[in-house]
Amino acid sequence: MKVVLSHLTKTFPGRGRGSKKKEDVVAVNDFTFEIPDGRLVGLLGPSGCGKSTTLNLICGLQKPTEGQIFFDGEDVTQLSPQKRGVGMVFQNYALYPHLNVEQNIRFPLENLKGPEKLTKEQMRTRVEEATNLVQLGDLLDRKPAELSGGQQQRVAIARALVKLPRVLLLDEPLSNLDARLRLQTREEIRRIQKKTGVTTIFVTHDQDEAMSISDLIVVMKDGVVQQIGKPQGVYDNPSNLFVAKFLGTPPINLFDGRVQDGALLIGGEKVLTLKNVPDQAVYAGVRPEGFTLSENGPFTCRLSRPEVMGRDVSIVSTHPASQNPVVRSIVDAESCEHLSGDTVRFSLNPRKVFLFTKDTEARIPFESV
Amino acid sequence: MKKNRALTILIYMFLSLWALIVLFPFYWMILTSVKDYGAYNAEYIPKFITLSPTLQNYADAFTTVPLGKYLLNTLIFTVITTALMLLVITLAAFAFARLRFAGRDLVFTLFLALMMIPTELVVITNFTTITNLELRNTFTGLILPSVTSVFYIYLLRENFAQIPDELYYAAKVDGTSDLKYLRRVMIPICRPTLVTITILKIIECWNSFVWPRLITDDADYYLVSNGIQEIRENGFGRANIPAMMAAVVVISLPLILLFLLFRKQIMSGVARGGTKG
Amino acid sequence: MEKQNQKGWLYLLPALLFLGIFMVYPLFDVFVYSFEEGYNSASQTFYGIGGYNYSYVLHDAYFLQALKNTFILVIITVPLSTGLALLISVALSSVKPLRELFQTIFFLPYVTNTLAVGLVFMILFKKTPYSDGLMNLLINCFGGSSVDFIEGPYWAKMFVLCFYTVWIVMPFKILILTSALAGVNPVYYNAAMVDGTGRVRMFFKITLPMISPMLFYLVITGFIGAFKAYSDAVALFGTNLNAAGMNTIVGYVYDMLYRDGGGYPSYASAAAIILFAIVLTITCINLLVSRKHVHYH
Repeated sequence: MKVVLSHLTKTFPGRGRGSKKKEDVVAVNDFTFEIPDGRLVGLLGPSGCGKSTTLNLICGLQKPTEGQIFFDGEDVTQLSPQKRGVGMVFQNYALYPHLNVEQNIRFPLENLKGPEKLTKEQMRTRVEEATNLVQLGDLLDRKPAELSGGQQQRVAIARALVKLPRVLLLDEPLSNLDARLRLQTREEIRRIQKKTGVTTIFVTHDQDEAMSISDLIVVMKDGVVQQIGKPQGVYDNPSNLFVAKFLGTPPINLFDGRVQDGALLIGGEKVLTLKNVPDQAVYAGVRPEGFTLSENGPFTCRLSRPEVMGRDVSIVSTHPASQNPVVRSIVDAESCEHLSGDTVRFSLNPRKVFLFTKDTEARIPFESV
Repeated sequence: MKKNRALTILIYMFLSLWALIVLFPFYWMILTSVKDYGAYNAEYIPKFITLSPTLQNYADAFTTVPLGKYLLNTLIFTVITTALMLLVITLAAFAFARLRFAGRDLVFTLFLALMMIPTELVVITNFTTITNLELRNTFTGLILPSVTSVFYIYLLRENFAQIPDELYYAAKVDGTSDLKYLRRVMIPICRPTLVTITILKIIECWNSFVWPRLITDDADYYLVSNGIQEIRENGFGRANIPAMMAAVVVISLPLILLFLLFRKQIMSGVARGGTKG
Repeated sequence: MEKQNQKGWLYLLPALLFLGIFMVYPLFDVFVYSFEEGYNSASQTFYGIGGYNYSYVLHDAYFLQALKNTFILVIITVPLSTGLALLISVALSSVKPLRELFQTIFFLPYVTNTLAVGLVFMILFKKTPYSDGLMNLLINCFGGSSVDFIEGPYWAKMFVLCFYTVWIVMPFKILILTSALAGVNPVYYNAAMVDGTGRVRMFFKITLPMISPMLFYLVITGFIGAFKAYSDAVALFGTNLNAAGMNTIVGYVYDMLYRDGGGYPSYASAAAIILFAIVLTITCINLLVSRKHVHYH
């Protein structure tokens, strides 16, 4: 099902008393977005960016201050959660502690009334389908407290899916799992989503998580959508400094730079030649994989140490114009066999270099020569 | 939305009704206490307000019956009992929480088991004990059985036990004695719990009735609960209701003031496991 | 180590002393008393050992009356006060403005002197030659005829006793239940809402199981407290409860011990042990029932 958000805005009244009354807090600001049917969408951003509020608005637990939400063309903005046909997996799973796994999963079905009401037999089949889908077969009699984090997660997903929702919403689905389980579970979510084909929206602050399984990611900051696109597209083509910094591990290397006479200068060195960019001070971001070791390269750093990562080597160095304490570059293990001395020289791959204005931090497009 | 509004109004009406049931007796006792004796007796249909309030009943309550004496007795009883109890339970809780000695855990378990013993079961022997010691109609006899509370020892011990061990070792390194550590570190840290226990004990003492009734038959040693019972049965003459209500107001007021002052502590203290009496 | 041991016991000494004399020793003594037949408190002698005291108490009309009164009181007030407290707490939790004011008011009876405020209830319900009292006025308004609730028919007296008992025990129950309700994580309500759960079903399927341990705690303490009822009855009907026909088991114990007909610690002990046995049995039944219906987490 297609989900459309149109100029969605949510403000909370400011806290504080009397003369010190603060201004309203804008949690989500003018969010417009169309989620195509059957896709897995990741809402990504640091904590407090409004991504959870957005999820709650779609779910119906909160009502927007302005704007509308459409499910397949139907305006659901004023509908209560139960009438929207959404399934939600809460961050702490919210499994009812007094009910066992089977009862938890069956719970939403028992709420159905009127023509949708199911017989005992139908319920049993649906519960069975849902538990098979998430592979919970032999745990049906357990109470939530007797399950591991990963198992609880799967129960929560089964409970959200059992009523065949039009949209599946997941709030930080992996944040309560340990690292190993996290990798496994995100594949699991991907698998389940592909199998059911249900339009799925999940919220995360972990860019790895969002990049690895989403069809589309939405990067948010302070209630405002920064960029929407395919994970690789957003990574390769960030629309502003925030997005460039937020995506990627190791993070992008950032330098103070200048554009002058068709060239990018970093720390006085002319590192790239460009076309069609007016002279100005800029932030220059270079992805770690954008560096290539080159004996005559234009970009000189003080070498700290190489860190061997197996196939690749991460070269840790410093540069006076760097905004970060160290410059990290990732190069082929073979190419750095004869790394020695205090300095290291690189040439830069222009496709991995991004320029941003100093004032608005917006991306400056350029063509390299 | 409209349905919700109606429900909210209904809820407030329901809450107000119960508030009325709770408050009405208080209103009635204050109202009656300021009604003139003659006027009160002339009201075949009780009036809900009075236009000529009088304080004469309060004067009567203090002069005709020894209400002042009852109040003083209760005050003495409450202060001494509470103070002694605080001392006893603090020492015991400290021993359980901080000191290491053979048999500690066993004794503590036995203490916990004692919490299940109802006072009604032990009061009979205590009555005989106090009588045999010829302590009836004395403050000693009134006070002695109430200076320990297993429950408060338990409550305080749990609180003491939350203080990190490092503090104790640090104090030991500095050469602090156990008693000084208790006084200077543990008691200040656990002050909120101690305040709560103190207030709850004061309430309990002020309202205690059964034990004082058994142990005192001399009006010189009556506490307020027995005093009010005495006033009812032999006091002003059974008909002087306004004076009786004045006495009730005087008896109720201290605790209500205490409650309004320490509302938060009292309510959270009771929620943590106090029961009435 | 030896020194540590001594010190520990020294700190415990006052508590041990008081508990030993006024709690542990009496606990055994009460059983001894209850089996000493024909005990005379003046000479402190007795004829023999046996179950006569129990048999006497169980055949005493006053005890049977007290037993009946206590059971009626328990059966009426425990469910009534718990249910009403639940209703009030749910109502309290569902509103925001004025909530604290209501909570404060509702708690007031807890800090009042049972004996003193009982007198107010007495004059509200009592019918005297001068006036029928306020309650009767209310009854007359609805077309009923006046009843003397304090010295009149049995059921009228029982009604006042139950009413006053409920009034007295409500603050504790409301307090416990409101904090239990506040302790339910709102995420469960959100989850249930997304799952399309209606208000009523939400209450019975989510709220009630979540607060069931506290509710059960209230039922147990409620039973124990109601079985030990005494002061409320004295407050309403005076100290001569046998004459009023409104005695309770605890009242019977004290009367046997001390009042006009008193000086029979053996009968008192037997009655107290019977009471304790009843309370223990009821508590055990409660525990068994709760295993099925209470959800601890």
